[in-house]
Amino acid sequence: MRYVIVGAGPAGVVAAETIRKLDADGTITLIGDEPEPPYSRMAIPYYLVGKIGEEGTHLRHDPDHFRNLRIDHVQRRVTRVDPNSNTVVLDDGRHLQYNQLLIATGASPIRPPIPGLDLPGVHTCWTLADARRIAELATPGSHVVLMGAGFVGTIVLEALAMRDVELTVVEMGDRMVPRMMDETAGNMLRNWCEAKGVHVRTGTRITSIHPAGNKEEEDKPGILSRLIDAVTPAGTEDGAKPEDGLRVELSNGETLAAHLVVVSAGVKPNIGFLEGSGLAVDQGILVDDHLRTNHPGIYAAGDVCQGRDIMSREFHVHAIQPTATEHGRVAAYNMTGHEMAFVGSLNMNVLDTLGLISSSFGVWEGKGGQSVRLVDEERWRYLRLEFEEDRLVGAQSVGMTENIGALRGLIQTGVPLGEWKDVLLAQPQRFMEAYVGRIQG
Amino acid sequence: MQKALLIDPGKCTGCRQCEMACSFEKEGVFNPAKSRIRVFDFHTEARFVPYTCTQCEQAWCKTACPVGAITLDARTGAKIVHDNHCVGCKVCTIACPFGTVNYNVDTGKVVKCDLCGGNPACATACPTNAITYIDAEQTGYERMRAWAAKTDNAPVVA
Repeated sequence: MRYVIVGAGPAGVVAAETIRKLDADGTITLIGDEPEPPYSRMAIPYYLVGKIGEEGTHLRHDPDHFRNLRIDHVQRRVTRVDPNSNTVVLDDGRHLQYNQLLIATGASPIRPPIPGLDLPGVHTCWTLADARRIAELATPGSHVVLMGAGFVGTIVLEALAMRDVELTVVEMGDRMVPRMMDETAGNMLRNWCEAKGVHVRTGTRITSIHPAGNKEEEDKPGILSRLIDAVTPAGTEDGAKPEDGLRVELSNGETLAAHLVVVSAGVKPNIGFLEGSGLAVDQGILVDDHLRTNHPGIYAAGDVCQGRDIMSREFHVHAIQPTATEHGRVAAYNMTGHEMAFVGSLNMNVLDTLGLISSSFGVWEGKGGQSVRLVDEERWRYLRLEFEEDRLVGAQSVGMTENIGALRGLIQTGVPLGEWKDVLLAQPQRFMEAYVGRIQG
Repeated sequence: MQKALLIDPGKCTGCRQCEMACSFEKEGVFNPAKSRIRVFDFHTEARFVPYTCTQCEQAWCKTACPVGAITLDARTGAKIVHDNHCVGCKVCTIACPFGTVNYNVDTGKVVKCDLCGGNPACATACPTNAITYIDAEQTGYERMRAWAAKTDNAPVVA
């Protein structure tokens, strides 16, 4: 049996390893288009703050790991898939035959159509190559503008702030992490960031980015404005440093001088190379409950896969690490003939924002059922639970980490809470007791 | 023969010797807050339940780890966190549906039960045999594993 896996991220790697466990004899080819050993994008922020070296981002640490498992790692880009001839075509012209194919090509950062986004000094923060460039530019005291305070943006925010840059984050939503947490939590994060010296602009867009020189030519400041410049805060355009090669215009009328602009405006599944292949796509690649595409022998996993959401039962892209690895494992079972249904993934995230840890699970915004909120702004703590009848369907927390996974357990198992529901409505922080009580009860 | 922790809540008196022993063994201090096993006090039912990682087959924590920092100890079956690789991203803490992987803010790493390398201090310390370390097949963990399976993508039996 010949297995080809396109994409060497967590979904592809877990799939390759699982296939080897289930089929000792098959040939396994793992194709990735980056010139690195398989690594984790999630680890990039920790590389940026110097907590780990580049090798610390690698998914597996034994340099012989893939060779020992007889997984052939090919560092090329796949340009085309031909389901009729069971072939993938590489960018060096090579054709690879497969019996079973997994597409785990992940996602790429969205680059919004904003003038100046292609200027030097504007970077996305997605690959190790991006991280190297950002590490060069994000030096202590330098002016950095971050576009986007979504989940990934806020992780990048922490890494940038910990490099002691003068940071302004611009988010077009009305709060930070608007797709992960509610207003109370988003505002707590904002207040926390501001207290740590990060400038936060919500409800604001970057409208254009210009080379810094331009402005000076158009409108050379006179002596009076130069005097005023001396008292304007750092980071505003008039407080520009000589190294600040960029001028960032905001929708609120502000202009920021920047040495570096980091773009974190969301990601989109990498499905472009499938055009003309006949594979059914929507937001991502469409799959059934066995992660099979509309072509027999072709599967999809990870950020590129529009798989079942366990709560809504609909098909959504959940671009998160646990979903990627679960997809990879389940796809591998099915590809090797061990039928395994994918029960669906639970949307969840955990975020550390300069020491304030937050998480969200499932239908955190609620489904119109009963709900409880514990708000303690003084101690930076927040917990919101959402119920449907006597089951927990969603949760979010700020400043609470103890036993937090039990929220996933309660939501994903859909266990009836019985008398514990009233306990939780009065004291939501007792969720771990409720979980243990229901298991042992 | 692989062993596992057998927990019998019916024998637990709530003395918390296990928490003290765990904390001392793993963190060098007698502080139940640092223990990786926790005794839950269901006082309305006059019942105590010691609870820790079941070293579940699914190994959610290990699978979800983005940097390969959690590995399987083939000898004990424990899932072990390697501090030299853990970056403190906390994905395992939300992925574990049992809530038994926790973030340690002092070290910036996650902590979980590692069965003390095959000689669990909690079992040694327990004066009433509510916690014992015995052959895996005999443990009541099957029930908790069945619970885990509800969260799992279990293979369809052909």
